[in-house]
Amino acid sequence: MHYSPLNKMIREAVASGVKEIVLNNVLGQRFIGNGVRGDAKITINGVPGGDLGMFMSGPECEVFGNAEHAPGNTMDYGSLIIHGSAGDAVAHSMRGGKVFVKGSIGYRGGIHMKEYEGKRPILAIGGTSHAFLGEYMAGGLILVLGIGQEPTIQDRGIGSGIHGGEIVIRGDVDEKLLGVGAKKVEFTEEDLKRLTPVIIDFCERFDIDPSQFLDTNYSRIIPASSRPFAGKYTWE
Amino acid sequence: MSLGSVPLKYKISIDRDQCMKCMRCVDNCSYGVYRIEDDKILIDSRKCTACHRCISMCPRDAINLQEKPVDYRSHPLWTAEAREDVINQARSGKIILAGMGNARDYPVIFDRLVLDACQVTNPSIDPLREPMELRTYIGKKPAKLEFTKNNGDIDLTTKLAPNLKLDTPIMIGHMSYGAISLNAQLSLAKAVAKTGTFMGTGEGGMHEAIYPYQDHTIVQIASGRFGVDIDYLERGAAIEIKVGQGAKPGIGGHLPGEKVCADVSCTRMIPLGSDAISPAPHHDIYSIEDLAQLVRSLKEATNWEKPVFVKIAAVHNVAAIAAGIARSDADAVVVDGFKGGTGAAPKVFRDNVGIPIEAAIAAVDEKLNDQGIRNEVSLIASGGIRNSADITKSIALGADAVYIGTASLIALGCRVCGNCYRGLCPWGIATQKPELVNRIDPEIGAEHVANLIKAWTLEISELMGAAGLNSIESLRGNRERLRGYMLDQGLLDVLKIESVGA
Ligand code: SF4
Ligand code: SF4
Repeated sequence: MHYSPLNKMIREAVASGVKEIVLNNVLGQRFIGNGVRGDAKITINGVPGGDLGMFMSGPECEVFGNAEHAPGNTMDYGSLIIHGSAGDAVAHSMRGGKVFVKGSIGYRGGIHMKEYEGKRPILAIGGTSHAFLGEYMAGGLILVLGIGQEPTIQDRGIGSGIHGGEIVIRGDVDEKLLGVGAKKVEFTEEDLKRLTPVIIDFCERFDIDPSQFLDTNYSRIIPASSRPFAGKYTWE
Repeated sequence: MSLGSVPLKYKISIDRDQCMKCMRCVDNCSYGVYRIEDDKILIDSRKCTACHRCISMCPRDAINLQEKPVDYRSHPLWTAEAREDVINQARSGKIILAGMGNARDYPVIFDRLVLDACQVTNPSIDPLREPMELRTYIGKKPAKLEFTKNNGDIDLTTKLAPNLKLDTPIMIGHMSYGAISLNAQLSLAKAVAKTGTFMGTGEGGMHEAIYPYQDHTIVQIASGRFGVDIDYLERGAAIEIKVGQGAKPGIGGHLPGEKVCADVSCTRMIPLGSDAISPAPHHDIYSIEDLAQLVRSLKEATNWEKPVFVKIAAVHNVAAIAAGIARSDADAVVVDGFKGGTGAAPKVFRDNVGIPIEAAIAAVDEKLNDQGIRNEVSLIASGGIRNSADITKSIALGADAVYIGTASLIALGCRVCGNCYRGLCPWGIATQKPELVNRIDPEIGAEHVANLIKAWTLEISELMGAAGLNSIESLRGNRERLRGYMLDQGLLDVLKIESVGA
């Protein structure tokens, strides 16, 4: 089935008040949940195509399979729960809601995520991430648990140009993997208290025992300044 | 060792015999050139930006402004500008930012193109007497139409793509709220609603005050995705993906935190006072396939009801890029030439990167025609369009419509002083300071901008009539109506036009 009629059916169903949608044998159909508002739950069995949940505002999509390019792109609100891995640009420019990926993600994860008032997007990853995680990040939280990874992340460019939000990575992160404008700070008990609900929520969704993650063995990466480019320019 | 100061850019003087000490110059100058001491108006010329606010408000024409009052030893290579840039960078070690468009003295191709008029063999058309068709549709056109006969009725079976309907081929380009003030944006919005055309919202969301005019807006989505959510996308009559900008091809944008006031922060949906940084590329577009995915994603999100434009800067390979865009399901490609304006751009980009819009239009139109896909996409040209002749020539070179930017600001008072980045615009345009923003009355501003669009539209129909054309469609891509004056053969070949006399 082509994605257009599929998405039309989903939109119409949600608009008519349907609360539960199950899609079976999904095979690369793009844009599922794209721009959909409301509080429906969409279960996806299979592998959805690119831009899953782009501009979505409210629904929850649970994927039993991997996801493709840019799930959660410019997502406004709602959640994506992915029981597998995902491609590049996961949660690109996400503005609110949460994206949970049980496995790993590709390049440019959480790039340019931003927050505003009550909206604080969360990207949580069970495995690892490739390069440029949280590049240009302007707000929100990226959490990487590194399950089965040692060290959690080996790719460079973490948080380059970051000017808001935080990236929390299990274990130590080699300084040389940090991008320009990012700095590593201690992960405190206070931080743990703050993040405990997120860790528990993530683990519950994937049936993982959270107790192994409830300590301060994390690295916290934040902006070196909220104005990374001030100082680069002079005026004519 | 100190490098000392560089000479004044402008010198202000007051003719004291004329002056009646009304103090309007003191009140109007937001840069602080004038002050009063012991009943005397003192002048600090170094602060002057040549915005002309004082000059235009002085009831006695008592103010004089002189540019470059101090000479350097003249030298053709080491201009004053070259010397001063070196001094600036020797001091700072930084990238030079500058406002408004390309300030280098490149030849303007528009000024070397001349239009045709009928004489004897083919009568010209009087627009007063004959209807002139300037209506322009932006969007995909079907390659052919199919009908079915149905009991004597004829039904169209070809599915038509959504198009924007313009009463004039002039639209206003994207200038975001944040870069310009709300009163400036509101004036533009009212003006396009009055004249049956459209304006771009720029990157940075849509302020509530613009909602009543949303049917006349094109919402922009740029690499920073500021203010973008599903409501925003649904509000616009069309959606534009900004990939590049003529004033600074290849790099992103950066609204400094100082300009992010409460209202701007809520429209852009970012925290107060934080920098709004648009990265150079869209990080979900690393290829033409990715672009196609974003175009389709925007269409899916809005039910395939809205045309999607893609804006690129005019660069060397613009024709091939535009052809790629035409295949991505985009409905229009916007090409922005290297003379396009901007609030701020690194000077080295503004003055050196990109190509002129005239050559870009011709090259894109030609390529799309060669590939048989010109109907798949409309071509909107922008970047340095100053008058109705530039518009008419753009259309004759192959554009469907144009975006104007700087010209619409000049209609609001802007004098192209190039200091937009300082947030002190005395005309209330490139500023968020309430006392300055209030200098624009949106009703009056709209009147001026609408007048400009009307006047140019009239001139275009006169030019068309003189050339014996009564519909804009017959002008589009009609290079036979253009001749090049003192253009070299290489450029004539690119523009696909003949020389004067030929
Ligand atoms: S505005 Fe003109 S007349 Fe009034 S004080 Fe200034 S220079 Fe004198
Ligand atoms: S808009 Fe910019 S160039 Fe125009 S007058 Fe204001 S500051 Fe000067």
